[in-house]
Amino acid sequence: MAPKNRNPAATQSSTQTVPSTPAAAPKPSSSSTKKPGSGGAYDAQDIVLGIWNKYVEKTPQRVKLLDTFMGFLVVVAVLQFLYCIIVGNFPFNAFLSGFSATVGQFVLTASLRIQTNPENKSEFENISHERAFADFVLGSFLLHFFCVNFIN
Amino acid sequence: MAATEGDQFLKQATGPKTRGLLRVIILVLIAGAAVSSRLFSVIRFESIIHEFDPWFNFRATKYLVANGFYDFWDWFDDRTWHPLGRVTGGTLYPGLMVTSGVIYHFLRFLTLPVDIRNICVLLAPAFSGLTAFATYLLTNEMVSSPSAGLLAAAFMGITPGYISRSVAGSYDNEAIAIFLLVFTFFLWIKAVKLGSMFWGALTALFYGYMVSAWGGYVFITNLLPLHAFVLICMGRYSPRLYVSYTSWYALGTLASMQIPFVGFLPIRSSEHMSALGVFGLIQLVAFVEFVRAQLPSKQFQTLLRALVVLIFVVAVGGLVLLTVGGVIAPWTGRFYSLWDTGYAKIHIPIIASVSEHQPTAWPAFFFDLNLMIFLFPAGVYMCFRTLTDEQVFIVIYSVLASYFAGVMVRLMLTLTPIVCVAAAMAFSQILDTYLDAKTPKVDAKTAENGSSEPAKVAAAAVLSDGLRSTRNPLVGIYSYASRVTVVGFSAIYLLIFVLHCTWVTSNAYSSPSVVLASRLPDGSQHIIDDYREAYYWLRQNTPENAKIMSWWDYGYQIGGMADRPTLVDNNTWNNTHIATVGKAMSSKEEVSYPIMRQHEVDYVLVVFGGLLGYSGDDINKFLWMVRIAEGIWPEEVKERSFFTPRGEYRVDEGATDTMKNSLMYKMSYYNYNSLFPAGQAQDRVRNVRLPSEGPQLNVIDEAFTSENWIIRIYKVKDLDNFGRDHHSAVSFDKGHKKKRAAKRKGPKVLRVE
Repeated sequence: MAPKNRNPAATQSSTQTVPSTPAAAPKPSSSSTKKPGSGGAYDAQDIVLGIWNKYVEKTPQRVKLLDTFMGFLVVVAVLQFLYCIIVGNFPFNAFLSGFSATVGQFVLTASLRIQTNPENKSEFENISHERAFADFVLGSFLLHFFCVNFIN
Repeated sequence: MAATEGDQFLKQATGPKTRGLLRVIILVLIAGAAVSSRLFSVIRFESIIHEFDPWFNFRATKYLVANGFYDFWDWFDDRTWHPLGRVTGGTLYPGLMVTSGVIYHFLRFLTLPVDIRNICVLLAPAFSGLTAFATYLLTNEMVSSPSAGLLAAAFMGITPGYISRSVAGSYDNEAIAIFLLVFTFFLWIKAVKLGSMFWGALTALFYGYMVSAWGGYVFITNLLPLHAFVLICMGRYSPRLYVSYTSWYALGTLASMQIPFVGFLPIRSSEHMSALGVFGLIQLVAFVEFVRAQLPSKQFQTLLRALVVLIFVVAVGGLVLLTVGGVIAPWTGRFYSLWDTGYAKIHIPIIASVSEHQPTAWPAFFFDLNLMIFLFPAGVYMCFRTLTDEQVFIVIYSVLASYFAGVMVRLMLTLTPIVCVAAAMAFSQILDTYLDAKTPKVDAKTAENGSSEPAKVAAAAVLSDGLRSTRNPLVGIYSYASRVTVVGFSAIYLLIFVLHCTWVTSNAYSSPSVVLASRLPDGSQHIIDDYREAYYWLRQNTPENAKIMSWWDYGYQIGGMADRPTLVDNNTWNNTHIATVGKAMSSKEEVSYPIMRQHEVDYVLVVFGGLLGYSGDDINKFLWMVRIAEGIWPEEVKERSFFTPRGEYRVDEGATDTMKNSLMYKMSYYNYNSLFPAGQAQDRVRNVRLPSEGPQLNVIDEAFTSENWIIRIYKVKDLDNFGRDHHSAVSFDKGHKKKRAAKRKGPKVLRVE
């Protein structure tokens, strides 16, 4: 049943892409502003601000906590990657397990966030928040077991 | 009739509990059938390990049981690949050995003193029972009808395509790998359906187990990402997909890297890149979806889509660049040969020389899958009709696996599960429709609506292009006659299928190939046990460290049964070393002798089927030895010179000189004449009469020839005591007088003149 609901959405979006091609002009500017962050055209700034405000208002506190954790993981992963590029990847096992620990943890946290987010209630009817958290703990255990085993 | 009534009776009189019990009983029976149909070889012959690779696995398992896990993990084997040795612990898939080791210790713990050999022999049948169960679970995820699952389990239990690699005694990686394959797929489908980290993590765990068990895990590594990718492309991205895929990938990749043989491959080799790519893509898609949910503007959404496509293209380009730059290992030869079937024959003869790497012949499909091969497309078509997320999986799997099974014989194994599932879906659809004892109720409705409905149906029938969803086919059978006919025929087909499977299993797949069987004229069975005879001769009559040179096919068996060091074996990791053996076999004695001395060869073993008509002998494999040797020494070994000017490969009078002088030819036919009246020597494999004069051997001595001449063992001579070359030493010993006479004659003649 689920795909039937989603099929029209897919067709809609594909039809949208067609008229979007003439509107490609604002594309480069806004995309470039979006990536570095602030500054640039008013449009983009407004949009980013709008998103931010909406996020701050509408997101539950728990989800925000998760987001902070994910942000932290991204920072750690980037640091490790930079270290790897600058200093070298000599204990490759160690680098890999460290890096994949952050990536894996990020992914698991994102999954937890998706599952516990009230907006996705319809997708995960069978999964209570407690169950999601238990799954998260299990996944993290496995992840870190593998990482520690791999680190040499 | 009886069946339909019984069914009706069951439906009315039994609750879900009874049905559950029935289902369990049926599954247990199916598992029993699966196990027992694999025991032909044990009953016919004995509890023995089959073929070639299993002997290595068996030897490794014994090592594991004897020395413990850590020694096994760090095992350096100096009794193979002499003088190089092999880092066995780091170059094998340990899953199989560890599994049987665990079972062994568990049974010991229960104070059941079971021999490790019996565990190894019976492991494959035991796991086939589990495979049947896993197939049941997988099929149940696909369709609502529970009978499909049971049918699929029954199909999986007895289909020859799977039995071929899992009879008792074929202690190979596939024995447990197919179970893991099917079970991993089941867990994956479950994960995608529920969007649960738990199932995703389980998928990853079993994926890790699969990686530890079989090189075919790459199939999963590519199939799951492909499934996810197709779902995304169909616009069916959902948070459930994100959760299941990412939790599988993050954990599964780490799990796979724990196996030393796999190591860094998941991030270095091209075969694993699709999984990584889809992982990246799904992050991107998830992020975009997340942002999109916050965004009002439609234009911005399309912009985001463009961004995704852009990043995707850039990433793929980067991947290609990295591959070209050599950071990521390009596809290995085996994978090239999957795309280009001619590739291996030209570039890697060692892969092409294995018979199971050949493209599949068409009859093999029918032979291995029988009636399921007809039902298979029907099942896939049924998946197309509804096409839920998990049915997309079936479609992808069947397309991919059909292709691969067509390219390589052994990959029939990966096709078999999906054929069973699809065929069971089709078959259960037929049965469900025709076994339903109720006359369809739609009947009444159509009768009420009367005028309009039949017209619509007729219109739909005429305009067959009408949208499928608007046509609502009336499903239901009115007459009992048609029911009985169809159900009866289905039952007959199923019976024929069972008969076929049993016949194929007992005739084609239950031979251990270590022990051969033949029929005597009076119909009784005669066992030809030359292999073991020869290997035990080696074990008992040669020193512990005598190095045996043979073609690589027999390396594992010599290691396992004779327990002697070998030069090359079935783990063909070093092509040059194999080519060296090939060169020694295909060159003249004068060339071979230094090679054998350098490698400290004590005995040479050849397999010769000429007396018995055993076609899998070394003369028939000889051209591969020549080809492989030619790959390394194109100047010294030439395939062309083994063919007559007319391009024939002959061993009789018309054989080329190169052929006649090659060590292999000489070893095969040495003294063979003595079995026959003069000039009557006959090679029963190639059906030719041999030259009346047999070949002479100078540098090696015949040490042992088995009862039916299948195995011949030669001892490499030491250097001559008087420093002569072996040729003159032999002729001295043989033609004592002749030679002197020749020497005397010379001067005599001179004197007279």
